[in-house]
Amino acid sequence: MIDPARRSAHPGDLPATGDPIPVRFSLNGTETTLEVDPAERLLETLRYRLGLTGTKEGCAEGECGACTVLLDGTPADSCLMLTFQIDGRRVDTVEALDESALDPFLVGGATQCGACTPGVVMTASWIVGHPELLDTHRIRELMAGNLCRCTGYDGIIESVEAALPEGA
Amino acid sequence: MKVRFAATAADACAVLADDPAVVPLAGGTDLLVHWPDRHAAHDATYLDLGRVAGLRAHRWTDDTLLIGATTTYWDLIRDPRTAERLPLLVDAGRLVGAVQIQSRGTWAGNIVNASPAADGVPALMAYDAVVVLESVEGREEVPLAEFYLGYKEMRRSGRQLVREIRVPLGRRRSQRFDKVGSRRAQAIAKIGLATLEAEDGWRVVAASLAPTVRRCPAVEAVLDAGARLGGPDDLLPALRSDVRPIDDVRSTAAYREQVAARLLYYGPGGGAPDPSPAPSRPDPVRPLE
Amino acid sequence: MKRREGMAKLTGRELYVDDLPVGDHLWGATVRSPAPRGRIRSIQFGPGVNWSEFTIVTAEDIPGRNAVFLMEYDQPALADDRVRHVHEPVVLLAHPSRDVVRRAARLVTMRIDPEPAVLDFCARPARDQIQHGEDNVFKRILVEKGDVRRALAAAPIVVEGEYYTGAQEHVYLETQGMLAYVEDGVVVIHGSMQCPYYVVKALKPLLGRDESGLRVIQSATGGGFGGKEEYPSTIAAHAALLALKSGRPVKLVYDRWEDMAVTTKRHPARVRHRTGLDESGLLLAQDVEVLLDGGAYVTLSPVVLSRAVIHAGGPYACENVRIEGRAVLTNAVPFGAFRGFGAPQAYFGLERHMDVVAERLGMEPAELRRRNLIRDGQSTATSQTIRDGVDREAVLDLALSMSRWTERRAEIERRNATDPLVKRGLGLATFHHGAGFTGNGEVVLESVVHVAGTPDGGVEVRAASVEMGQGTTTIFTQLAADRLGLDPDVVAVARPDTHRVPDSGPSVASRTAMVVGHLVERACDDLRRRLGLGDEARGEEVSDAIRAWYLGGDGRAVRGEGESPELVGEAVYVQPAHIDWDEDTYHGDAYGAFAWAAYVAEVQVDLRTCETRVTDFVAVQEVGRVLNQTLARGQIQGGVAQAISWALLEDFRWKDGAMQNAQLTNYIIPTSDDLPRIRVAFLEVPYEHGAQGAKGIGELPMDGPAPAIANALAHALGVPADRIPLTPERLLAELERRAAS
Repeated sequence: MIDPARRSAHPGDLPATGDPIPVRFSLNGTETTLEVDPAERLLETLRYRLGLTGTKEGCAEGECGACTVLLDGTPADSCLMLTFQIDGRRVDTVEALDESALDPFLVGGATQCGACTPGVVMTASWIVGHPELLDTHRIRELMAGNLCRCTGYDGIIESVEAALPEGA
Repeated sequence: MKVRFAATAADACAVLADDPAVVPLAGGTDLLVHWPDRHAAHDATYLDLGRVAGLRAHRWTDDTLLIGATTTYWDLIRDPRTAERLPLLVDAGRLVGAVQIQSRGTWAGNIVNASPAADGVPALMAYDAVVVLESVEGREEVPLAEFYLGYKEMRRSGRQLVREIRVPLGRRRSQRFDKVGSRRAQAIAKIGLATLEAEDGWRVVAASLAPTVRRCPAVEAVLDAGARLGGPDDLLPALRSDVRPIDDVRSTAAYREQVAARLLYYGPGGGAPDPSPAPSRPDPVRPLE
Repeated sequence: MKRREGMAKLTGRELYVDDLPVGDHLWGATVRSPAPRGRIRSIQFGPGVNWSEFTIVTAEDIPGRNAVFLMEYDQPALADDRVRHVHEPVVLLAHPSRDVVRRAARLVTMRIDPEPAVLDFCARPARDQIQHGEDNVFKRILVEKGDVRRALAAAPIVVEGEYYTGAQEHVYLETQGMLAYVEDGVVVIHGSMQCPYYVVKALKPLLGRDESGLRVIQSATGGGFGGKEEYPSTIAAHAALLALKSGRPVKLVYDRWEDMAVTTKRHPARVRHRTGLDESGLLLAQDVEVLLDGGAYVTLSPVVLSRAVIHAGGPYACENVRIEGRAVLTNAVPFGAFRGFGAPQAYFGLERHMDVVAERLGMEPAELRRRNLIRDGQSTATSQTIRDGVDREAVLDLALSMSRWTERRAEIERRNATDPLVKRGLGLATFHHGAGFTGNGEVVLESVVHVAGTPDGGVEVRAASVEMGQGTTTIFTQLAADRLGLDPDVVAVARPDTHRVPDSGPSVASRTAMVVGHLVERACDDLRRRLGLGDEARGEEVSDAIRAWYLGGDGRAVRGEGESPELVGEAVYVQPAHIDWDEDTYHGDAYGAFAWAAYVAEVQVDLRTCETRVTDFVAVQEVGRVLNQTLARGQIQGGVAQAISWALLEDFRWKDGAMQNAQLTNYIIPTSDDLPRIRVAFLEVPYEHGAQGAKGIGELPMDGPAPAIANALAHALGVPADRIPLTPERLLAELERRAAS
């Protein structure tokens, strides 16, 4: 009954409230064209239409950040975006991350149960890729949109610090 | 659910003229909260502002900042000129949710959402921002301080689009934004206060203390008069004539009133260093010394 | 050892129940009682919906007994004619569309004839509010040692106090959910859970099946903290009933608001102390009352009460102790397991009271602890003689030195005297936590672990213990690899699937590493014995023997895993001889081992807003043996964060016994910017019956932070700080009250 090969959408997973809207966007570097329901959130498109279940739903209210993706390179909650809104934009999800860059997070204790982890890793990778942010912001402030209930945050913050380029 | 699109601002206005019940959609960070359960909202018609040309950009002139219809909090936070010229916009912007919300939420959306707990609106109002509305009938300008008529009621008809927000630059001192939330980020304001001393007098703007974000004219008059105050309680009469805080799921009326009075009286806190310094700001409020 | 499960989580490849690719399935939804107590008069299915498209399940559809068995059969799977709390499940729906079934659930309404509801756990119920036994008391426990009445009467100093703790919601980042379907006549359940065998035990009488007709498989579980100990059985029951009736797979995944509002939470508590001492600060008598709000059904209240009562006297030696505990019924949504399980509530009362006592005596709080910390040879409240060789004073001293206790207290007091707007405080708590099930609980569980040899010369550890963030897979891999001298890469840990793994008991009570881990080691030893190897055999010798076993002595065909017989080492729990416990008198060795701790919190209060920031936190504990530094540190920091949050941020708006602020916007847990660095130190005195000498530590860190913070706030502001959460609103009101009088 559980068949890893069956990643295609089950229609009932997605809303059906109106005429589908075509949307074209860059997903993990690949041009993607879809037809989506007007009420379909990007989170649902990723998880249920495209089978990219790495992005998680934690709250449906933009508080927990488990659904964080990069929109045009900046963190955003995919539970607070309707897919038709991202026409012409660029979306990056956890599936596109280079695994070799994740070692500091493994060693640093950044993950325990893993439910917040993909969101954490997206925001963290953004910080690591933009150390100039630390001229005006602290890491704890930049990570504040990703709630974690397991780690108490030290493991996450220390992992980001370890992953930053030298001297950042 | 239906969605209408427009390529230009004029086209967008035409859509709204055609059907004033259409809801313009910018970021969506308010509309989409608990979206799966918002069944009534699924049956509405929306206008996607994301595909309209020319709405996102903001620009500076010698004496103004023009914020676009879909300019995000993050757009202004990342522009180094904002911190120099209109620091309360950066202070307020950084206290909106977290980065994920700041990158999608818009200043105009915050105005039109009309929450009494808005974060961006008090800062804009303290800077005497003007809302520029556009429709097929033309442009109309409304000072933000006069924009709200009551809880979730504003001087915008369904035919009008918030085209831009005009924020005059000027000489201001003692600028301060205080937000008291349940935690340091991802919090809805229990109390919001934007205060500054402009060339022609004080601006004190309160959030979460009344059905709308609003100026506090009685408190401003007290500060303008430069009277010697003995303590926070001396501000209560003026505060009570300006605002009416309530008990709700987040806090109590008594707390809100007391804390607002203290924040106003003490300004930045009598020399106590904050262990995690707030973003850079000019001289703190000292209305009484 | 790097965390084995870690990379799957970091890359998002780990599959939680809502990630499982099921294909053609139905979505479930639950219709619930709007009233706290009453008779269901009628149920209406609203107009405008084609109800024939839906699978509809009510109590009538239950093939077996309508109960979700946990300790008793009192909690129905679906309310039949009566309801006892708001959100009690009444009707289940399933439909192919998630959106449609969500909308439809709103359109099923019911008329309830109300009956008098009990909503205050501290009030004595009226006759017409009795719903359990004679007096709504789920459980009473009495612990007695010496003669408390005489000792109190004779004590030179007697100090009384009353303390309250609020409920707490788990907020695991993955909400609860189950997937159920029928395959080859077997009801198969996948889901987020801590105790696969609890689910089996609940479904058996409900569905009228035995273990062969039920298969429960734990999917990756995004946090538990006790919140996925009981409730998964209810969700699994619901999903199974819908799957059986519809003949299709059913996914039942809770939205966040539903999860927060309807599932179990930490028991609210009231703890009263009357303490007798001499002038030197020596404890002469402890008279304690613990009262827990159990909510509408028994769930695990008797066991939560048990742990609360056993820990209520603290890590202290006292000759005369009386601890009376009661867990009572109210018509609130039932309360249940949450990390710490009664001990955090008891410890908030005790350790806050110890500071109140210190102040009354004019004694330094750390010195009061030092005077009374139990030494080897002395006995606990249950008359358990402690003889574990742990220097508990050294634990205290390390916390004091890491926090610079004496100098910092003096600095703070100097600054507080002159700073009008910011007050600082430093507070301490010393405590202990018993790991594993209480008393004879482990004997009753009779846990079993298998370690099977695999044809490639490796092994597979089979246990029902789940990984939910604590690193179970890594720990079991390490223990088996170390025991047999194997490379960790040839050690597999089986996913908990009740058709493949034996019942090693629930993943609760800080027992997974210590108790079950030790069984892993013993199962490895048994595997060695079955291979005819000596106890010293390790590495290649073991691998070669396993491979040879599968090939057979005469080179016959390979015996694969699916065919029997299979080479399986087994270990069954054996109670260490030194544990002697009397369940009737609550007397004797409550736990095989205790971990010991001392925590110090520094707080800073902005008097303009009465907001409290924790600016430093020191957590020192003696834990037997640290099996994995990263994992152990993570457990302590995570637990400390949850307890700080419980003390300061997590507040409930109750109405009719149900949570009104069931959204993450309104139920506040800390962000990364709300906590300090949490400084952790370990001391190790190995416990011979724990895996590699380890004691359980999962729950320990929940016990200390809340009283340490309350003590720090009392130090900063001079407020009683006798109930949590200590929100800014409450602190402000307290300070105003004091200023007015």
